[in-house]
Amino acid sequence: MPGKTLYDKLWDSHLVRQDADGTALLYIDRHLVHEVTSPQAFEGLRLAGRRPWRVDSILAVPDHNVPTTDRQSGISDPISRIQVETLDNNCADLGITEFSMNDPRQGIVHVIGPEQGATLPGMTVVCGDSHTSTHGAFGALAFGIGTSDVEHVLATQCLIMKKTRSLLVSVDGQLAPGVSAKDVVLAIIGQIGTAGGTGYSIEFAGSTLRNLSMEGRMTVCNMAIEAGARAGMVAVDATTLEYLAERPYAPRGVLRERAEAAWADLHSDPDAEFDRTVTLDAGQLSPQVTWGTSPEMVAGVDAVVPDPDAEPDSVRREGMRKALAYMDLKPGMPITAIRPDHIFIGSCTNARIEDLRAAATAIRGRKVVASIKQALVVPGSGLVKRQAEAEGLDRVFTAAGFEWREPGCSMCLAMNADRLAPGDRCASTSNRNFEGRQGQGGRTHLVSPAMAALAAVTGHFADIRNELN
Amino acid sequence: MEKFEIIDALAVPLDRPNVDTDAIIPKQFLKSIKRSGFGPNLFDEWRYLGSGEPGMDNTQRTLNPDFVLNNARYQGGGILLARENFGCGSSREHAVWALLDYGFRVVIAPSFADIFFNNCFKNGVLPIILSAERVDRLFTAVTSTPGYRLMVNLPEQQITTHSGDTIHFEVDAFRKDCLIRGLDDIGLTLQYADAIREFEAQRRQTAPWLFKQQD
Repeated sequence: MPGKTLYDKLWDSHLVRQDADGTALLYIDRHLVHEVTSPQAFEGLRLAGRRPWRVDSILAVPDHNVPTTDRQSGISDPISRIQVETLDNNCADLGITEFSMNDPRQGIVHVIGPEQGATLPGMTVVCGDSHTSTHGAFGALAFGIGTSDVEHVLATQCLIMKKTRSLLVSVDGQLAPGVSAKDVVLAIIGQIGTAGGTGYSIEFAGSTLRNLSMEGRMTVCNMAIEAGARAGMVAVDATTLEYLAERPYAPRGVLRERAEAAWADLHSDPDAEFDRTVTLDAGQLSPQVTWGTSPEMVAGVDAVVPDPDAEPDSVRREGMRKALAYMDLKPGMPITAIRPDHIFIGSCTNARIEDLRAAATAIRGRKVVASIKQALVVPGSGLVKRQAEAEGLDRVFTAAGFEWREPGCSMCLAMNADRLAPGDRCASTSNRNFEGRQGQGGRTHLVSPAMAALAAVTGHFADIRNELN
Repeated sequence: MEKFEIIDALAVPLDRPNVDTDAIIPKQFLKSIKRSGFGPNLFDEWRYLGSGEPGMDNTQRTLNPDFVLNNARYQGGGILLARENFGCGSSREHAVWALLDYGFRVVIAPSFADIFFNNCFKNGVLPIILSAERVDRLFTAVTSTPGYRLMVNLPEQQITTHSGDTIHFEVDAFRKDCLIRGLDDIGLTLQYADAIREFEAQRRQTAPWLFKQQD
């Protein structure tokens, strides 16, 4: 019998029961909650006369709707305010821990979970948010769920599900200076497609992944969902353990020693078999820029916008044409000729301290060019913001002409006031370039933090490798 | 949840791949704390000219004449015909609530995004996966025949086309049963409450750090 994959181990260790057809009841260790996908779940629970099964498994935070400007006067949009207040009230009524809007620890749910040590190796982690895959970076089984399943986990601490197939994405090679985890994951999505991971859970492995920090691994796992996968994960190693030391919710002392002994097994066995394997050579990887309206529509910064006429598949060809029309780009145009007029550095993909450091390094001493209408930096959490300010990064950004904001999801999905106007073109460190994602009619190019920052000071996409040589 | 047995309805072709949940229901409508009322804003940015906001009177807005849902021959549709990777992106269940509220009980596509697919079953909507070739033939048939209907028989796992052909489809047995009986699966899971408690007690012993609160 072959050995077990990391996914097998995580799955098996959470099985409460399983039917002959594979339908399983899976135990959930950590339930993260935000204001957008939870109100109907709490309402359903109340209407059925049920209580949360295990309150101490839940950590709640408002992030999607919160303003990123001055918060002293609260939320001005009355509908957003009601949604955030509904979360506050549900948490207060049920005794759920919540980092409310003005708590210094508030931030994007997928930034604060790991930051607090509330995400630990070997856990199952769920949240009513597709980017929950982020937490898989810790050797956890983490995935997004809909609101009905949020209610199901609240009521039962379990989910009914079937196991997915397993996909190993092995990335090897030394990244060029300036090329980051974001470029790696965009290239993977470009290679396998946005439906390439459908029906799979992905384990990211290989020397490139091993050499990434936890923050970089989170960026990669964050976008596993953009490849269609249910979950993304990375094996536990010394980098994982080092990150978790002294985190408020992580175990300490004797308990930590016990936990680390258990976590040492959280890797795929050498003889484990995957249903599918994909490899990527990261040594030659260029910084990536999306040119279309799906994350798979991506190219190296040194390439050109592709020609739909060269695409043999008719459905894909038509999709490319629609995307280029929406993006107002022409086939054959160099990626470096694309001129964004907005810059957004933020989101659960790229708003951690290392992301802000990389962005600041790219612009230090330079100015945002006049053609940029707005350049935003939105830290992933209050603690990231505080750390960045301690390092003086905020002053680098503001001196260049960026706005330095309060933490939240912000312009990644534009549920708050931060949004693009029709026709605006944004270099964004977020995860989705769908039509209208950052505001109706807005055009999104997904890039790394360094590439977004560099575009702000050059006025067009430019190769970060040339700056750092 | 409304029981699902046989749906006989007009088919509507939405001919583009990778339709994401942001397109199905744009973010500004997610601020609602209710489960209902999303139908008028289904595919809002494609369906109307100009931007939509919560609370607007949608009957006063200008329709986009080029969008399929606004085509006179597809009014009253109940089955959505779609392309690959339908429902990708955000986990928002509001996407399914919007489809259901509009009147769609079935979506047929070559592939679906995982979370969307799961959310459908929780709301009495049946997502059917057919081969890309089969879906392509249905697109041709639907667009070339005004009034094209499909009859979806879930107990028999069979679609009968407008011309009387039958197409078999696969569906997970547990999910099929829940749909046909309109079952609330929280109630089903709570039948195993003792097993969950037992598992949890054991986990508390083997991995106590997962139960420790911040001190």
